Amino acid sequence: MAEQAHPPKNNRSILHSIAFRNIAYQLLLVAALAFLGWYLYDNINENLDRQNIATGWGFLNEPAGFDISESIIPFDSSQTFARIFAAGVLNTLHVAFVGIFLATLLGITMGIARVSRNWLVSKVASAYVEICRNVPVVLHVIFWSSIIRLLPHPRQALEPFNGAFISNRGLMLPFPVDNILYPWVAFALVLGIGGALIFARWARFRREHTGQYISVFWPGTSIIVGLPLLVWVLGGAPLTWDYPALKGFNYQGGISLSPEYIALLIGITVYTGAFIAEIVRSGIESIHRGQIEASRALGLRHGFIMRFIIIPQALRVIVPPTASQFLSLTKNSSLGVLIGYPDLVNIGNTSLNQTGQAVEAIAIMMLVYLTISLTISIFMNFYNKLVAIRER
Amino acid sequence: MRKFLMAAALVAFASNTIIGAEPAHAADGPTLTAVKKRGELICGVHQGRYGFAIADKKGKWKGLDVDVCKAVAAAVLGDGNKVKYIPLGSVQRFPALQSGQVDMLSRTTTITLTRDSALGLNFGPPTFYTGTGFMVRKKLGITKVDQLGGAAICVFPGSTTEKNIAALFKSKGMKMTPVVIENSKELVSAYMAGRCDVLAMDQAGLPGHQQYDAKTPSDHVILDGVYSKEPLAAGVRADDDQWFDITKWVVHALFNAEEWGITQANVDKMKASKDPNVTRLLGATGNLGKKIGLGKSWAYDAIKAVGNYGEVYDRNWGPPLNLARGVNELWTKGGLMYGFPMK
Repeated sequence: MAEQAHPPKNNRSILHSIAFRNIAYQLLLVAALAFLGWYLYDNINENLDRQNIATGWGFLNEPAGFDISESIIPFDSSQTFARIFAAGVLNTLHVAFVGIFLATLLGITMGIARVSRNWLVSKVASAYVEICRNVPVVLHVIFWSSIIRLLPHPRQALEPFNGAFISNRGLMLPFPVDNILYPWVAFALVLGIGGALIFARWARFRREHTGQYISVFWPGTSIIVGLPLLVWVLGGAPLTWDYPALKGFNYQGGISLSPEYIALLIGITVYTGAFIAEIVRSGIESIHRGQIEASRALGLRHGFIMRFIIIPQALRVIVPPTASQFLSLTKNSSLGVLIGYPDLVNIGNTSLNQTGQAVEAIAIMMLVYLTISLTISIFMNFYNKLVAIRER
Repeated sequence: MRKFLMAAALVAFASNTIIGAEPAHAADGPTLTAVKKRGELICGVHQGRYGFAIADKKGKWKGLDVDVCKAVAAAVLGDGNKVKYIPLGSVQRFPALQSGQVDMLSRTTTITLTRDSALGLNFGPPTFYTGTGFMVRKKLGITKVDQLGGAAICVFPGSTTEKNIAALFKSKGMKMTPVVIENSKELVSAYMAGRCDVLAMDQAGLPGHQQYDAKTPSDHVILDGVYSKEPLAAGVRADDDQWFDITKWVVHALFNAEEWGITQANVDKMKASKDPNVTRLLGATGNLGKKIGLGKSWAYDAIKAVGNYGEVYDRNWGPPLNLARGVNELWTKGGLMYGFPMK
């Protein structure tokens, strides 16, 4: 009996070993997944073959044959599908990154406004959050698109200031004509940002070691703005504006933002901004009031409390959910297809239809979104580690 | 051990089920079998294009493409109303047909070499010939395409029009901005709201939008001339030859009916015609239908349901659209519609 209750180790079957089981289950799972993947791949190929549908990636090197309305890289209908896909990816990235930047600014502002002690400010922020968060993002995009269509025709365009035109063809702005000095101004800007970062590090080092607080904002700003300004003035301050002018059907010259771009950008920014505002508010409210009271008792100023006591702790709560908002904003940019913004999905759909290679076109789209999303995730995880409070 | 065995059994069971779901290999006439079993033809049509396919206020579909679906349904099932219409965008249409979501695609689709080959489709005889046309606002004072340099042009994505205008403007050394929206209502309203200077599509599609979608139709003009060849035809999957034959010969039956003077009204009387061509077509003599897997009265049923090609044309393109038949006339009257021998 005793022997049965405690069998000697060498008699135990390997199947009873926890280590073996752990590995075996995982191997089984991997095998099942691999089988499923192979099965799907094989099935698709067989079906495509049976229906005589063209497969393969050769089409990427063929001329696309259609034009797109806007592109960051120059594009012409005689160029390849590979290039038009690249143009689509860049358009997606363009609207997504500007959208993420603006949504973050809007979200932080509205989030802080929501916890403001000023009644009007906090009610305005609440109204914004409640209205925008509860309307589907599709409607946001279509709403702004319809609003822009109501604007006057180019010939009766609004001119808010000299050289800027707003019409149902978008926003046209004057733009400086390129000059040989400008790359140097840009270089000075980079140097300025680097300098400001170094200064901020030094100030922090000094504060942590001596307890002496040195304000970074004004010196930092003046380095960032001042250095390029100095280069520009020393170079003779060259500046010629390229004004948009009505030629034929539309304005030529200057820079222009298309109505589709503006509608999509405003739509996804306003929608995501509302979510980020709620995340910021919850982050701030997660900090115990006692800490604020204690800080006040020490005689610290309000801005100082926010910056050095509340925000560093709130970021812990804010960063991870904000990352997923960035991801959904990027993916929501695919709604451009509804209003005619030539993003990846729009171009992918057209290519799919022109070539008939649905599997390849959709695989490209999926892969691109996956890559963009994973890159954002990795960056946000990195940032989260950076701002995480080190428990001691 | 028991757990392990259960897991193994589970995996084996799962893989069995998956293998069991392997696609069935093409038997004889899978589409015909499926349509008969279902008792209904599923037809992919345009989401809304006047003259081709548009749902009226009661949700009833009308148009030339719709009548082609009805004729096929009548030939196969004996009843032209046994059709389920699936409105498809220009981008969804081919995957919908390839995947078997629809039995046939009768949706203003141009036959091109790529579509015929790389898409794994077959196209029947063209039921309508048209070409890329342009509509502009009258007050712009434009009379020809050469004056459109720099214009914003509203166009459907994935259409042949999209490629035509790119090639046309390139060949003329002009620039243009395509505004590409898939939803047909959104696209037309973008033009009407002034987002685009030009609405480009198959010319035959333009009169309908001018008549019904413009606030004041006379504010818009359709430019003269067509700038491409667009033979529109019904498409089917290439892996079902019998079904391809059915859709092809139903269309030829409509052409021949017009040529031989068979109409919706006189089709019963014509069964007793002295012309052996007519009696063979209507199934009064011989059995042509059997050769394509249908009943004796297939062509009779199709003509009874929608009339001959001329009647179909007049019903959909007569007043108020009033589109002249032009090349869509019978070959005997100088057009391109030519019914193949019914023998």
